[in-house]
Amino acid sequence: MLNKLDDALSFHQNALRVRGQRQELIAANIANADTPNFKARDIDFKAAMQNAIAGANQNANTPNKTSAMHLDATSSSTPSFSGGLGEPLFRKIAQGSVDGNTVDMDVERNQFADNSIRYEASLTMINAQLKNMLAAIQGS
Amino acid sequence: MSLFNVFNISGSAMSAQSQRLNAVASNLANADSATSANGTPYKAKQVVFSATPSASPDASGVKVLKVIEDASPPKVVYEPKHPLANEKGFVTMPNVNVTEEMVNMISASRAYQNNVETMNAAKTMLLKTLTIGQQ
Repeated sequence: MLNKLDDALSFHQNALRVRGQRQELIAANIANADTPNFKARDIDFKAAMQNAIAGANQNANTPNKTSAMHLDATSSSTPSFSGGLGEPLFRKIAQGSVDGNTVDMDVERNQFADNSIRYEASLTMINAQLKNMLAAIQGS
Repeated sequence: MSLFNVFNISGSAMSAQSQRLNAVASNLANADSATSANGTPYKAKQVVFSATPSASPDASGVKVLKVIEDASPPKVVYEPKHPLANEKGFVTMPNVNVTEEMVNMISASRAYQNNVETMNAAKTMLLKTLTIGQQ
């Protein structure tokens, strides 16, 4: 029962996690706009999201073992998953600068605003889902 | 949580940019200081930024690696009445390029503003996150 509730919210929970990480990366790019030889980085959102969902499923289906005598709940053939969101990639250079810095402030600010809007969209979705659940529980 | 780290990253950038602004202020203030405590004309100071690891391995903050003295040659002006003029009437003035410093100042203050906005955006996002599930 609780697992079902968790599943319903897990997509947007993962989305928020990946968005949060991306926000941090872009903040680092903006912060290092004047650092010589700094290369701007970003994550491939699609791949990171797939990783996050795969990791969440893996964790949900694997019960904790508190004793060495316990048997594996899942088949041992499933690959072990690190749970990481994927390695950040380097951004393509539109206009290079003499000091080797590849931060393009227009791109970064654009992506930063875009990412925060999408983060808030996920928040809104989670809130709406919670409201739906409450409506179902309370029945009024 | 990664959003909290945005505060550390933007904060490090803000302090680095304010140090840069500090260097600019010092340079502009001393643009005409023909002598200093050690008897030589003032030398322009420049900060060198460096990316520094933060709490997350992927995102890095900024720190001021070192403050260097500008290596460009000093300005030499002809002013025979100046007490520090040499026998030919030339005075060695600081190597501060005022135009460059003004550009530096604008760049530093814009970068500072950018980071303030980054921080504000992260703050709004975190506050919104805290309202999950509230009616």
